[in-house]
Order: sequence, then structure tokens, then C-alpha cells
Amino acid sequence: MNMTTALARLLIFPGLLFAVPAAWFFLWVERKAVAMMQGRIGPPFMQPFYDFIKLLGKGTPPRSGIGGMLMRAWPLIAVASAAGAVGLLPVLPSSGGFQGDLILLLALMELPSMCIIAAGFSSRSIFGEIGSAREAVLSVSYNIVFLLAIVSIAASQHTFSLEALAQLPASPLRVLGILALLVCLPAKLHLNPFSLPNAEQEIYSGPMTEYAGPELAMWELSHGLEWVAATGLVATLAAPVITTWWLAALVFVALSFGIVLLLSVVASATARLQIDTTVRFYWQCTLIFAVLAVASALFMRFRS
Amino acid sequence: MNLWNKLMCYSRRRSPWLFHMNGGSCNGCDIELVASLSPRYDAEQLGVRLEGSPRHADILCITGPITHNAVNAIKTVYDQVLGPKAVVAIGSCPATTNVFIDSRTLAGPLTKHIPVDVFVPGCPPRPDAIIQGVAMAAGILAERAAKKQPIAPVVMPLVGPGCSGACGCGGGTCSTPSSDAASEVQQ
Repeated sequence: MNMTTALARLLIFPGLLFAVPAAWFFLWVERKAVAMMQGRIGPPFMQPFYDFIKLLGKGTPPRSGIGGMLMRAWPLIAVASAAGAVGLLPVLPSSGGFQGDLILLLALMELPSMCIIAAGFSSRSIFGEIGSAREAVLSVSYNIVFLLAIVSIAASQHTFSLEALAQLPASPLRVLGILALLVCLPAKLHLNPFSLPNAEQEIYSGPMTEYAGPELAMWELSHGLEWVAATGLVATLAAPVITTWWLAALVFVALSFGIVLLLSVVASATARLQIDTTVRFYWQCTLIFAVLAVASALFMRFRS
Repeated sequence: MNLWNKLMCYSRRRSPWLFHMNGGSCNGCDIELVASLSPRYDAEQLGVRLEGSPRHADILCITGPITHNAVNAIKTVYDQVLGPKAVVAIGSCPATTNVFIDSRTLAGPLTKHIPVDVFVPGCPPRPDAIIQGVAMAAGILAERAAKKQPIAPVVMPLVGPGCSGACGCGGGTCSTPSSDAASEVQQ
């Protein structure tokens, strides 16, 4: 991947120029789907965009010292890493990549969650600290399954390159891996039934409680970009191999939209679980997916 | 006004986030505020979102006749809401202290402590009246932020069931279809 393609992927497609409107669109789809499931009409199409612009025009509370600087920095780091993760997705055929970009993608997808944990603790708010502690526990639970699923797909094919993984033929292992990823997405995106860190009826807005104005706008944007990155990763793994570039882009968008719709419907149909139930669910029930995936990966590796 | 300011003004009008605060209310108005977000009234069509933190809110919705215990909390929360902001007094209590007038446990009405932009009268007001009040407050907030000049508070007419209040009739005298309850409200 040379400099020009790298910049084009980061800034145009599937990077910022595509990902920011897509983030707003997915946030709208989430709210609209919940509203329709509840028998309401829901927000207008441009609502996340209006919210973003309005938040940019609001004031921020005065912050001083290192703590204040850190609090301003966390949302920017979260947005930058989520945008970088979207830019790495191998959407277009033969768009280039490098060996090991899967590891970079996983690290970048994990950074926003780290930033949320740090932000809650540096805000010194009791609600923020509880929210951060919950996010940390949640992240330890779902990441085991999430990482094992992806790593087993990669290990069975002897590659850590995303483009090579996206072009593999469908296999039972891949289906198993995608299922395990789908189970982890609600926790990664803080959706019901795993919406513990931002449980509004219990701890207000969790780690975001002390954030306002442009900083909150950045958190909303990073959440939207996380939507694009997380659904995009599953979409690229699930998409069939297509050589026409516009058809590949269209399939990517359609698959992401379908996953967003599925997650939103599940979110509106379920209630929030307690933290111990959530942790037990990930450590006991879904770990079997991951163990199966790793076992079959090892099996495929020895057979080949 | 340039394009950015116009967009900002429009976005502020279309995206009012509420913070709800109880100043010693009997819970009647609080239930009606939550009802205005329910499937029947669906305030989210106007972009309304009930926020958990005052830092996120644009509009402070206050119910109740403002007890001595609540005064300091209300002032603190008012300062925690960042500008541009607006205040909606929901129900008759924050406006006049209603039937609790002259009680020694009260420090009301609300205007003694913080500036109020929209009064939504009623005991309790109907959810559609609350939604209209919030929409008016969002308009006031956007206009004030754009022009930087004070705007006089708005007192909404008392609206009975069956009348949307758009006609400005003030309730029971309306010729639009209304039930017997409307005249009860006026009395």
C-alpha cells in the first residue's frame, strides 16, 4: 500500500468522507428502529447531524490542569482511532493492504473503549467512575470471545492480512467466527442487553456524565464511527468475493445496514442485564463458540 | 447572518435535549413529562431527548412549587447546564406555587431564583402542551443565541383536552372539538 492509496482509504472511502455520514446514518437507524419497535414514529432523518452541529455550538465547563487536558484529549483520540479503524477495512477489491493490518485494526477498534474507561476515571464523577469500571469489566469479558474468533479465522489461513481474509471462500469455521463476532457486537457498541456502561436509569450517562458541548459531539461521532468499524468488519468477513468495485462497495453498505438493523431490533426487544449475568454470559455461554473456532482452526492447520 | 449561523440556529431549534428536575412536585407533572415521550405523543419527532446529565441538556424542565430543600439544588443544576440554555416551568406550581401558596415550607415561585422562559400552566398540563412549551423554548434558545438580546418569558394558554392550543383560545371557549373536560379545566 503506497502513500496515495493509504490517504485515499483514510480520507475518502471507506475513511472519513464516507464514514462520518455513515456514522450519522447508523445512529439514526438505531434510534428509528427502536422508535418503530415501540410503535413511535421516531426522529427525523437528519437528527444525528442536527445534534452534532448543536453540540459544537454549546459551551464547555472550565477545566484546568493535566486532568482537564486529558479530558479534552480522550474524545479526540477515540475519534481518530475509530476513523483509522474504518480506513483499514478492505472494502474495495485489490485496494492494497499490508501483512499484519488485522492486528492494527483490532488495536484501533479497542482504543475508543480504553478512552471511555480513562475518560470516566479522569472526570472524577462518581457516575463516571462506576461507568468506567463497568466498561472495563465488560471489555475483559467480550474481548476474549471477540479476539479468539478473529484470531482463529486468521490462524487457520496462515495470514494476518485483512484483504487475504476477506477473499477466502466460505467455510464452517468462518460462519462460526462471524457468529461469535455478532454476539460480541452489542457489548462493544453498548447496546441492550449489555448497555451497562451508559445505563441511563442507573448511573445517568456513565463515563460521559461530565462531558458537554464539542467534547460530547466528538464522543457521539466516535460512537458512530465505532458502529461503522464494527459492523464493517463483520460485513467484510461475511461478504462474498466481488471484483467490481462499485458492487463491492454496495454489498458492504447493504450488509452493514442489515447488521445495524439486526442489532437495533435486538436492543429494543431486550432489557438490560446485570453485570454479573453479563460476565457469566460471555465467560460461560459464548466461550464455547471461541473454543470451537480455535479447535477447528488448529485442526485445519494441521490438515493443510 | 452567514450560513454557519443559520445552520446552528436551525440545529438548536431541532435538537432540544431536556433535563428534568423536580422541585418538590407531587409527581403529577413528572408523569405527564414522561408521557410526552411515550408512543402516543412521541416528542422524539422534534428531536427531544431526555438526558441523564445536566451537562448534556439545553432545556431545564422544572416541576413543583420549589421547596426550601430544592432551591440550592435548582441553582446548582441551572449553573451546570451550559449555554445557550432555556428553562421551562411545567405546571402551575413553579409559576404561582398553586394551592400551596403562603406555605412556610416553600421558597417559590421559580422566577425568584432563576430566569424562566416558558410557563406551561395546568395541574397537571397535558403532554401536548408540554411538547409545545418545549418547542417554544427551543425556538427562544436559538433566537437568543443568535441575536444576543433578552426575550420576554412566554406564558402559554391553558389548553383543554381536544384543543391543540394552536388557535390561542385559552381552553374551554374553543370552537374546535372539545369534550366536557375542557370546561372543567377552565373552572
